[in-house]
Amino acid sequence: MSTRLSTGGRLIDRAKPVSFQFNGRKMQGFQGDNLAAALLANGQVVMGRSFKYHRPRGVVASGAEEPNALVGLGEGGRFEPNQRATTTELFDGLTAISQNHWPSLDFDVGAVNSSLSRFLPAGFYYKTFIHPRAAWKHLFEPFIRKSAGLGKPSNPGDPDTYEHAYVHVDLLIVGGGIAGLQAALTAAKTDAKVLLLEQEAHWGGRAPVDGAEIDGVAAEEWIKNALQTLEAAPNVTLRKRCMGSGVYDHGYALAYERCTDHMPGAAGPRHRLWRIRAGQIITATGALERPLSFSGNDRPGVMLASALRDYIVNYGVSPGDRVVVVTNNDDAYRTALAVKDSGLTVACIIDARASADGPLPQACRDAGIRVETGKAIAGVGMKGKALKFVDICAQAGEGSVLETVGCDAVAMSGGWSPVVHLWSHCGGKLLWSEDNFHFYPDVTRFPTDHKGAQYVRTAGIASGAMLTHEVLGNASESAVAALEQLGHSAEAWRPSATGSEEGAMAPVWVMPQGASKAKKSKMWLDFQNDVKVSDVELAAQEGYQSVEHTKRYTTLGMATDQGKLSNINGLAVLSGALNQPIPQTGTTTFRPPYTPISMGVIAGPGTGKTFQPLRKTPMHGWHEANGADWEPVGQWRRPYCYTKSGESREAAVSREIRNTRDSLGLLDASTLGKILVTGPDAGKFLDMLYTNMMSTLKPGKCRYGLMCNENGFLMDDGVVARLDENSFLVHTTSGGADHMHAHMEDWLQCEWWDWKVYTANLTEQYAQIAVVGPNARKLLEKLGGMDVSKEAMAFMEHADGELAELPVRVYRISFSGELSYEIAVPANRGLELWEKIVEAGAEWNITPYGTEALHVMRAEKGFIMIGDETDGTVIPQDLNLSWAISKKKEDFLGKRAQARSHMASAERWKLVGLETIDGSVLPDGAYALAEGTNENGQRNTQGRVTSTYHSPTLGRGIAMGLVLHGPDRMGEVLKFNKVDGSAVEAKIVDPVFYDKDGEKQNV
Amino acid sequence: MLKFTCPYCGIEASETELAAGGEAHLKRYGPGSSEQDFEGYLFLRKNPKGVHLERWRHVMGCGKWFLAARHTATLEVFGTYSAQTHEPPAEIIENIRAKFPEWQA
Amino acid sequence: MRRYSAFAIAREALRYHTGWGRAWGAPAPKKHYDVVIVGAGGHGLATAYYLGKNHGITDVAIIEKGWLGGGNTGRNTTIIRSNYLQDPSAAIYEKARSLYETMSQDLNYNVMFSPRGVMMLAQTEHEKRGYLRTAHANALQGVKTEFITPDRVREIAPIINIDGPRYPVLGALWQARAGTARHDAVAWGYARACSDMGMDIIQTCEVTGVTREGGKVTGVETSKGHIGCNKLGIVVAGHSGQLAEMAGFRLPIEAVALQAYVSEPIKPALDCVIMANTVHGYLSQSDKGEMVIGGGADNHNNFTQRGSFSHIEETTRALIETFPMLSRLKMLRQWGGIVDMTGDRSPILSKTPVDGIFINCGWGTGGFKAIPGSGWGFAELMAKGHSPLTEAFGLERFREGRFIDESVAAGVAH
Repeated sequence: MSTRLSTGGRLIDRAKPVSFQFNGRKMQGFQGDNLAAALLANGQVVMGRSFKYHRPRGVVASGAEEPNALVGLGEGGRFEPNQRATTTELFDGLTAISQNHWPSLDFDVGAVNSSLSRFLPAGFYYKTFIHPRAAWKHLFEPFIRKSAGLGKPSNPGDPDTYEHAYVHVDLLIVGGGIAGLQAALTAAKTDAKVLLLEQEAHWGGRAPVDGAEIDGVAAEEWIKNALQTLEAAPNVTLRKRCMGSGVYDHGYALAYERCTDHMPGAAGPRHRLWRIRAGQIITATGALERPLSFSGNDRPGVMLASALRDYIVNYGVSPGDRVVVVTNNDDAYRTALAVKDSGLTVACIIDARASADGPLPQACRDAGIRVETGKAIAGVGMKGKALKFVDICAQAGEGSVLETVGCDAVAMSGGWSPVVHLWSHCGGKLLWSEDNFHFYPDVTRFPTDHKGAQYVRTAGIASGAMLTHEVLGNASESAVAALEQLGHSAEAWRPSATGSEEGAMAPVWVMPQGASKAKKSKMWLDFQNDVKVSDVELAAQEGYQSVEHTKRYTTLGMATDQGKLSNINGLAVLSGALNQPIPQTGTTTFRPPYTPISMGVIAGPGTGKTFQPLRKTPMHGWHEANGADWEPVGQWRRPYCYTKSGESREAAVSREIRNTRDSLGLLDASTLGKILVTGPDAGKFLDMLYTNMMSTLKPGKCRYGLMCNENGFLMDDGVVARLDENSFLVHTTSGGADHMHAHMEDWLQCEWWDWKVYTANLTEQYAQIAVVGPNARKLLEKLGGMDVSKEAMAFMEHADGELAELPVRVYRISFSGELSYEIAVPANRGLELWEKIVEAGAEWNITPYGTEALHVMRAEKGFIMIGDETDGTVIPQDLNLSWAISKKKEDFLGKRAQARSHMASAERWKLVGLETIDGSVLPDGAYALAEGTNENGQRNTQGRVTSTYHSPTLGRGIAMGLVLHGPDRMGEVLKFNKVDGSAVEAKIVDPVFYDKDGEKQNV
Repeated sequence: MLKFTCPYCGIEASETELAAGGEAHLKRYGPGSSEQDFEGYLFLRKNPKGVHLERWRHVMGCGKWFLAARHTATLEVFGTYSAQTHEPPAEIIENIRAKFPEWQA
Repeated sequence: MRRYSAFAIAREALRYHTGWGRAWGAPAPKKHYDVVIVGAGGHGLATAYYLGKNHGITDVAIIEKGWLGGGNTGRNTTIIRSNYLQDPSAAIYEKARSLYETMSQDLNYNVMFSPRGVMMLAQTEHEKRGYLRTAHANALQGVKTEFITPDRVREIAPIINIDGPRYPVLGALWQARAGTARHDAVAWGYARACSDMGMDIIQTCEVTGVTREGGKVTGVETSKGHIGCNKLGIVVAGHSGQLAEMAGFRLPIEAVALQAYVSEPIKPALDCVIMANTVHGYLSQSDKGEMVIGGGADNHNNFTQRGSFSHIEETTRALIETFPMLSRLKMLRQWGGIVDMTGDRSPILSKTPVDGIFINCGWGTGGFKAIPGSGWGFAELMAKGHSPLTEAFGLERFREGRFIDESVAAGVAH
């Protein structure tokens, strides 16, 4: 059983006990523990259940690659599933629960899948649940989906904050082991700006655990010195608990800093995302140890040799009293020595190699440890959930048991694979080493940046350099190469190092070599997803022979560790099954992030109120205080209507319309786009932009116009006011201002760049207020100032002047059919004018109205609305707006497009008014039915509703729509569909429902 | 996250500051042009897996449109240049041909 | 072909599954085929399958540069829906959806079609009107959809925040019979069925040229030699432009990258697919428990298949807004898919200027959901020269100004 050792633990502070809870059980650890170490120290070997077979699982690794020991951490809004116990620093009050079991970790009903595992091989679900069809939908699929997933879902109400930090550096170094430190030391001597990242809470990586000596001092000492030098260097920034998560194009990189995960609730953001633009990137990301594939290798108590060593050396935790080490390389002998040194027993070292005579094996033998070469593990024996013994066999054979060795922990090592993820994210290629049996970066096929130059290099073990002095030399050389590319001269050096000599390893992908199918079906490759050697072999047998096919068919490497432990072993087994060399099989693609990063940090601070900018007109506060029922219009908020207490939306809209038509209404039109177009060629430019002629407009006059895109479709409409010979003020729709301004600039900059025109988007510079209704002129006269009489300002004219002692520009235009003035005033005076108008209008019961009343009133007058009558597929001709399309102009945007056969067709649906026979409101979006069906069996149609409202003015439903040959079919009754399958009849009428002769507006 | 140097304001701008605008140097065909020319202008695109001359707007910066020569598979940028031209400057063509001698605009 | 069933698995289990044969063959190419399809993704394989099944044409080779199903078929968010606005789109996507319903039985391969329902949120008045219009159009197109209230939305998807501070949910277009399927299985199932009909699937075979004689296609040059054919179908998504160039014509296509990612797997929390177009994101939970999240497409031409970050950030912000629990999940893996966008964002299934060459491309972000319908229609077009399903999707529509524009109904990628 695992327990805390009485001494040792270089990372823990035994003077600072920490209490925490696991599955409701109170436990104690020390400051500096990670959760996995603390659980082991409390005798908790089983930490989770696997995904498919629900097998009990113990921790197998000691770092970010951990696939088994995943827990649900925290509570309530802070609850987070799938947190790796190995990367969770212990803190006082931590609560964790284990995952993927029911009812409990110790007794899990789902484990029945494990006994049935023979019936659930790779891809079994593709081959079954096919019949009967209904059973899939009602029985199998719901069951499969219920068993999906690992951790419990998180909860809403995350109380923590997240932050983004933007930084530009010359050199980014990812990884704070000795390679990263050496690279940083090399760069520190220059004036290059350096950022060095380490994912763990402490620097130095594995070197202190492995016991190397550098420059004549212990690694730990060397690291301390290096840090002192770097901290003193003004050009170096150091961040720990900060993982380089991804390398992106053109020198972009992301890093994920876990600021307060180890002290929840502390001030500041929980996570910080570093958005880094680096001139050069060095990844000193080390290597990961591979498991060995032997029968029973997934049992709790079996772990990586390096992890077992870490738990002893770093945390003073014994994973077991009697340890068996199984290996194909010399490094695992270090674990044996560490076990021995801590006072525990090494039952035996099982080495698959025919011989092991390097200094490390020799040291073990000298220490009295039994070493068995040419041997393998044939099976693992359990008593309950505790590991009791291993069976030993010859590696060369089929697995006949030679001996049974009692033990309660197994340390396995299948060799080391460099972490090449970041190198590969942006296209770095790999080579296969026939010495170390791993993929390592091919320095001739590197990721390239915006200049086509190399921008990612690896350092140390990540380069495939395995010995300490090679690691340090390689790191220094990589740094120099990167610095030289940045234009800094630097010098590489190679500190002396000892203690890392190793003999040759041997490739051992299956143990023993001649294992039976039965044994292979107990050899785990992917622990979390329950993919075994037999599954990969089955995939190969069935023709899923591309590595991508095998991965997807078996789910190998698709667990939360993304194959960090399983990919190379799986690849080797696949290659073996296909009888081809490993490099020919190739690798799967490495995709960011290196380990999962929180979605909270991806979103950063831009959630809630800061999700998108909220644009407010100068009168926003007044609306809010006066019952505005808001509607989002782009990033603006506009009042949909102003409800009085107890009033429904519908009633409010009716009231607003009736008061406006009968007396006086008031609209905040500030969101309307206002773009100044000025210059000697402004008229010529607007003639190209609008379908009608604008250059002939006289100063002081307004003209309604249509803008199409080059594809012929109507984009926007609005009133153009000519201010003087050279200047026009273009009004666009509220949502369209930015887009139309960009559209103008596009044409001016990229096509007609020699035209003398300047544009400015003045939308937010002016507040605009529409005063609408029979009493509008009386109100303006009451405000006092400029002459707004019929004679002084005719319909479609504008003038600058003063009203209520404010500087204004008044346009006599109307979107409602009423006598109407739109008053523009500098934005900072908008609220003042609004309030003066409201006050002065009291005698006429002035009524502010919202967007819905605006829409209804324009529909009563048959005015089109961009976005209702148009949808990106409608041309002006469809809307009977041919009068606004100049016949004289040779060219305007969209003119050529509108000459294409389908655009010029007489069969296009055209705008009409629609009146239901029963006076009801036509359903929004309804289609006009035609006889029969088309070749695809769809009901034929002959038109559709584009706008439909209840008109309080007329007391009935009114609508506009596009109908085949519509204008020629006045009076005809059509059937419009309802979603319930019934239909409603409506008559084709003139789209102008109200005041056809314009008597109300022309007073 | 691509980056380009805006030839107007001289700033090295990230993709998030910019808006892409598709193939550059399209010749506009207006009224009277043939069906084929008009279709070619409005819709048919080179879409190369290779060097692409393309439009970008420094929309969160100076607001100017500029043009770039960029490889769509390696993402190498051979240069950025003014939008007020009908062909890339000789220097950029040289940069491209240094790597792709056969390249034609 | 060995039939797949629970009984077959049980039988095999007793002998450690040693009896299973290859799902599809690995033949060397013949000199000549009646039909050559370039591209063994979902669309190419489905085309071959229906050429055989519906039209009796089995002298077919499907040529694939990489591995079958290795392109966008295996790199999408697996959404299947047919709630399109325009008639031609609704027809082909509904055909596809209905074929998905019986695909597992048709192919004897469980593609795990899961009709869990697709919900498209209306978060502005304008969007609401757009979906009401779609609901009315769908009612006439034989596509069963309905516009549901915010309360129904919350009932179906309890993790949603209806009263989002910026874009409250005003309702949703709901298609109950839409859903997801296991994307790889679709390619594998078709491949197995094609192979069983005697068709040759030739993987790791790159097309380097198209041979023609007198304006008619005669075959393709490949890395495995010349392969002759009477008819050639080009079904290569992002690389359509390159193939068209070899055949001597141009396309209204641009290739851009569509960004997507998945979270770590969690226990079931979301029982339907949700698309939030106003805020540009969509979300579903896979059978493995991962939240599958898609966002926007980059606007620049791109052939790298790499994930970028700008869209991921925007999408995540938007989704956390509507699904606050996501804040505490983690992104497991992100990627980019190369999608081929046409001038009207609708696909091209068409004859070409070269006699005997047909092209199926331009699916943009909507390809997966269309696979069986596309294969069905394209096979008919190739076999008979006409198909009602593909009629409206001809290349000539851009010249004529006859677009199939879905932008009113589908603002974002899907």
